[in-house]
Amino acid sequence: MTAVLNVSGVRKDFGDVPVLRGIDLQVSEGTVVALIGGSGSGKSTLLRCINLLEVVTDGVIRLDGEDITDPRVDADQVRRRIGVVFQSYNLFPHMSALRNVSLAPRVVGKLAKADAESRARELLARVGLADKANAYPDRLSGGQQQRTAIARALANDPRLLLLDEVTSALDPELVGEVLDLIKELKAQGMTIVMATHEMGFAREIADQVCFLDQGVVAESGPPEQVLGNPSSPRLRQFLSRVLRHE
Amino acid sequence: MSTQPSAAEGTVALSAVELDRRRYRRQRAWRSTAIAAVSTLVFAGVLLVAVTHAPGWEQVKSTYFSGSQFSDSFPRVLHGLWTNLRILAVAEAIILPVGLTVAALRTVKGAVFFPVRGILTVYVDVFRGIPLIVLLYLIGFGIPALGESWLPSSGITLGTVCLVLSYGAYHAEVFRAGILSVHPSQRAAARSLGLNHAQTMRLVVLPQAVRAVIPPLLNDFVSLQKDVGLVSILGVIDAVRAAQIDNYSTYNYTPYVVAALLFIVLAIPSARFADYMLARQIRRQQAGAVV
Ligand SMILES: Nc1ncnc2c1ncn2[C@@H]1O[C@H](COP(=O)(O)OP(=O)(O)OP(=O)(O)O)[C@@H](O)[C@H]1O
Ligand SMILES: [Mg+2]
Repeated sequence: MTAVLNVSGVRKDFGDVPVLRGIDLQVSEGTVVALIGGSGSGKSTLLRCINLLEVVTDGVIRLDGEDITDPRVDADQVRRRIGVVFQSYNLFPHMSALRNVSLAPRVVGKLAKADAESRARELLARVGLADKANAYPDRLSGGQQQRTAIARALANDPRLLLLDEVTSALDPELVGEVLDLIKELKAQGMTIVMATHEMGFAREIADQVCFLDQGVVAESGPPEQVLGNPSSPRLRQFLSRVLRHE
Repeated sequence: MSTQPSAAEGTVALSAVELDRRRYRRQRAWRSTAIAAVSTLVFAGVLLVAVTHAPGWEQVKSTYFSGSQFSDSFPRVLHGLWTNLRILAVAEAIILPVGLTVAALRTVKGAVFFPVRGILTVYVDVFRGIPLIVLLYLIGFGIPALGESWLPSSGITLGTVCLVLSYGAYHAEVFRAGILSVHPSQRAAARSLGLNHAQTMRLVVLPQAVRAVIPPLLNDFVSLQKDVGLVSILGVIDAVRAAQIDNYSTYNYTPYVVAALLFIVLAIPSARFADYMLARQIRRQQAGAVV
């Protein structure tokens, strides 16, 4: 079985500052990979590269076996197969929750307005926001905004979901509702790559944890191994720093 | 829709401290109103005395503030203003889409669009640089001089063309600032959904950009209202020209005062509307508190 996502030897420089120096990563269908690492270690950059929001400096990224880093592929076409949820939600403030979610099915999926909206209502119901369809983002709590953003990311029926620290802008009491939703998505078989600072959650949900350090995947494996029995001093140091705040 | 729970004011008796605070605030508000009123009166009084005691006041009064001249010119100047309003409406209706299109096209990336971007940059630089009055002389007299029968020759048409060229460039810059003010994360979110550049622009960036620039656009609009008067140099009988005609035949300047008052009356609604939109925008931004 080919992996949904296969990242090999990916490098990314900003100017002459190397941020990613050769990332290798395999994500098989229905699994959850957690990216951990210090601030500035390149987690967001890697996710942006996978979604083609950044052009890689070198290396290859394959989605379902197709090389998406090939400049000949249609980037818009690739992005439709990948859902992204950002740390700061990035909902469209001038659209209701329903329009935020139905935008992609209408414009990209070419569904009729009524069909796109009924699909969006289904998705909003799935994230527990059936009653907020007509609310604008500034009337939603942080947790509700983030759940709307997740519904929006699911609207294209993506093969792969990228989550970039989706709970770190949330008040502690709102984190739970978003994490529960992600657990549900995993149970439904979604393939997920998520950057996170929630070690407890990574341990609970991830099939594989990757520690990004100095531009490479310094350590990776099942959570009990990487988080429970770290082999490198740098990872031990990182974990003791984050866990102290949990 | 969730509704904010309203504070149950009045059901609970206010404390003595709060009552005292309110008394103090009322007093302070009353005092500042009184001070403002007195200082305005004093200022106006001083100004009035100074002007009416100037050596040439009697002369000025009869040439600028003649009651009979005022009522005589008023209908003609008002009729001229109707021409201004028609030009204004047509011009703004063209300027808005021109400005928005120019601004949007200037953001399109890719080598194919290089010439388009280049031409539009030159357009904006040139027409923002030329004083409108010079443009009116060049186009308003230059085009008819070509003698081509298919080209427009009426002052109204050519004047409107000049206003569109000049203000199109101003509006384009205002719209471009609006486009740049939309946070890049909005674009990233739209692109990550698979929307292409044009769809992202049309559905996500421009609606937010336009909302953000309504106050500065209205400001430009007020300035356009006045600049429409410049088409009078092409012989169009607008409010300014109508006043000028009366002035030439009577040597009295009251018709210009009539025109000035009418232009002010025209500007006030736009100015108040701009204030209202700005206040609304600030309220929204504070309520929205986007991360
Ligand atoms: N567009 C850019 N131009 C230049 N440098 C950038 C750019 N984007 C990111 N960087 C740099 O790349 C490095 C990695 O950033 P990135 O956002 O990927 O880190 P991160 O692991 O997501 O950190 P955090 O946990 O704080 O979100 C940082 O040093 C950052 O300054
Ligand atoms: Mg990040």
